[in-house]
Amino acid sequence: MSTQTDNPAADRRLGEDLLVVNELQKHFPIRRGLLQRRVGAVQAVDGLTFSVRRGETLSLVGESGCGKTTTGRLLTRLIEPTGGTIELDGQDISHLTPARMRPLRRDIQMIFQDPYSSLNPRHTVGTIVGAPFRLQNVETEHGVKRAVQDLLELVGLNPEHYNRYPHEFSGGQRQRIGIARTLALRPKVIVADEPVSALDVSIQAQVVNLLEDLQNEFDLTYVMIAHDLSVVRHVSDRVAVMYLGKIMEIADRTALYERPMHPYTVALLSAVPIPDTARRGNRERIRLQGDVPSPINPPTGCRFHTRCWKAQEVCKATEPPLISLAPGHQAACHFPENKDELTVDPTGAATADPA
Amino acid sequence: MSQISENSLEGGVETRPASAGGPFLQVRELRVHFPTDDGVVRSVDNLSFDVDRGRTLGIVGESGSGKSVTSLSVMGLHKAGTAKITGEILLDGQNLVGLHPDKVRQLRGKRMAMIFQDPLSAMHPFYTVGTQIIEAYRVHNRVSKAAARKHAIDLLGRVGIPNPTSRVDDYPHQFSGGMRQRAMIAMALSCDPELLIADEPTTALDVTVQAQILDLIRDLQAEFNSAVIIITHDLGVVAELADDIMVMYAGRAVEYSSAENIFNSPQHPYTWGLLGSMPRLDRERSERLQPIKGSPPSLINVPEGCPFNPRCAYAGRNGDLSFTQRPEFRDLGGGHHIACHLGAEDRLRIWDEEIRPKL
Ligand SMILES: Nc1ncnc2c1ncn2[C@@H]1O[C@H](COP(=O)(O)OP(=O)(O)O)[C@@H](O)[C@H]1O
Ligand SMILES: Nc1ncnc2c1ncn2[C@@H]1O[C@H](COP(=O)(O)OP(=O)(O)O)[C@@H](O)[C@H]1O
Ligand code: SF4
Ligand code: SF4
Ligand SMILES: [Mg+2]
Ligand SMILES: [Mg+2]
Repeated sequence: MSTQTDNPAADRRLGEDLLVVNELQKHFPIRRGLLQRRVGAVQAVDGLTFSVRRGETLSLVGESGCGKTTTGRLLTRLIEPTGGTIELDGQDISHLTPARMRPLRRDIQMIFQDPYSSLNPRHTVGTIVGAPFRLQNVETEHGVKRAVQDLLELVGLNPEHYNRYPHEFSGGQRQRIGIARTLALRPKVIVADEPVSALDVSIQAQVVNLLEDLQNEFDLTYVMIAHDLSVVRHVSDRVAVMYLGKIMEIADRTALYERPMHPYTVALLSAVPIPDTARRGNRERIRLQGDVPSPINPPTGCRFHTRCWKAQEVCKATEPPLISLAPGHQAACHFPENKDELTVDPTGAATADPA
Repeated sequence: MSQISENSLEGGVETRPASAGGPFLQVRELRVHFPTDDGVVRSVDNLSFDVDRGRTLGIVGESGSGKSVTSLSVMGLHKAGTAKITGEILLDGQNLVGLHPDKVRQLRGKRMAMIFQDPLSAMHPFYTVGTQIIEAYRVHNRVSKAAARKHAIDLLGRVGIPNPTSRVDDYPHQFSGGMRQRAMIAMALSCDPELLIADEPTTALDVTVQAQILDLIRDLQAEFNSAVIIITHDLGVVAELADDIMVMYAGRAVEYSSAENIFNSPQHPYTWGLLGSMPRLDRERSERLQPIKGSPPSLINVPEGCPFNPRCAYAGRNGDLSFTQRPEFRDLGGGHHIACHLGAEDRLRIWDEEIRPKL
């Protein structure tokens, strides 16, 4: 989703880093016994460094339990990091108190996966979508009701349904209500946690298109959390692949899908079922064995080594750093894939090997 | 067809009537209606399909289109008295509709079995995985506990549970989601069923685990030559497994053909809509998805005429037919069935000029 605007000043700012995350960490303590002694920790997010550019869509993907939701809750400061920093538009928000954070909540908002549980069943749509205005004491030009009706219209709902309750809407419509509520305060960044995962494919496409339209209209920046790699390719400018609380690879969409470098990314992509009967049976597949290990006791060295078909001794002993292997393309692996295709020519530009 | 008679000879005469001929499972004009306070829910309305041994039928459609109700009917799992079921469900020639529940129970597990989206719904939390497989096996087979236990361990190994000899004594909650799914498959396979129905077997799983489970179902089918029905809303999953595909909408079949036809020359506007909604990794990235407008109807108030008409971009092309007359489910030739009023010329032109280029 690329963004365009008529405002040259805004244009210049598009592409700047809006969110900067450094060594971000969240460990959930595990306590036992009468004295609730700390006996260990779930290392849900364990040292993430990345940034999100103004106007882009960055997606976080990875198997369940790898820390995507925790990352989203950290970015929106619903929870406080154990370590590392989060900067939003130049301001360090890592440890702001709820009171200091409140005005900034306008700028960074979260959409949740489950449109059912994230809406209060006893409140009307008008109350739900209007709540942010009231909570933030925002002046609206023609009153809250009118503002809410404008929002409902914007997300493709009938403004006359202002007085209806969530259960009167379908799953896709409820997700639109959630989006309308999120948009109320015109955030800069929206963190969307699996916003279309619970929806049927035809409705999913409607909501994906809506999110694209809104991004173009309001220069929104998205952090999209998703596990459907086909949807992720469609919506993202860049993609970060996570495994056990760490980033394994981060790259532009095209590079990631066409020249994945981390073995885990390669395995994820090869597991996606392809809707083409002609390809059946003659696809090269990489099948990962077993399950993701526990984040309480993650494997030594490279966290992926217990399931990686390329693992060597060094992988168990030494953790590979997340480093740049091609322009805009970082991976954390001692033996990355698709690296030979890039040969550095004398002019210094990386080019594809003709062989 | 010759395959069927061969199998019938091996299996013993008792449960396999001599009349058996034709596909192993034949569903004819199945209707499943639920009377409720708000009105009658027409969950399945006039559905007919076949599944032969060694073949896989994929059933796709949005949630609420009647996929699970169909499979529960075949398995005889609707609560007595709640559903009004008419039509025929012929399992190897024997009609299950109206059959005494005890008789259906005997067939279930032995000749047909089902795996669900949520394995916990099929497993008891207070018994070990092994105990549950052993019980399932011993209901239909007179064997000692020790022999049944060995069988359970074999099965768990077959479906890819590591250390089956010790894991057999674990409780379901000690298994990960993917392992529970495998254990449920092991339980379903304990008596080598001839018909296996998998209802959204991988919907709750990560792609990596999904790929493992789909491989497993494919291998087991090749080995046992069972008839398989795979139910899903994911077109990628059916493309991986199914020989034939039935697309359901609002409790009816709207298109039914070989998997090749459904993906390469689909003929029904709803199928076009499903394909256009789906981003695809195997194609150039499209600038824009092509969703179907609106959402599926309530099955208490199914629209007059074609149930898809409120969402169909071509409803106006057939005079008022789409709004007044239910389109007949008809064979276009070669077993490719659709229920749509569009004329052949119009339909092929729309597919070629408007739909195919955007997929
Ligand atoms: N509040 C919490 N307390 C303890 N563990 C948690 C908490 N929230 C998440 N976790 C654990 O952190 C890990 C990452 O979870 P999550 O961020 O939800 O992953 P994802 O969204 O990628 O599926 C999981 O192992 C999960 O069980
Ligand atoms: N026991 C029941 N009583 C009333 N309605 C039911 C019952 N079971 C299913 N339905 C309805 O039948 C329709 C089809 O459901 P289902 O077969 O579960 O859909 P799918 O599996 O395609 O998502 C839905 O509208 C559902 O609400
Ligand atoms: S570092 Fe080693 S174990 Fe880790 S992904 Fe690379 S090859 Fe595999
Ligand atoms: S019968 Fe009419 S409304 Fe139904 S699918 Fe065909 S064209 Fe569309
Ligand atoms: Mg999550
Ligand atoms: Mg279902």
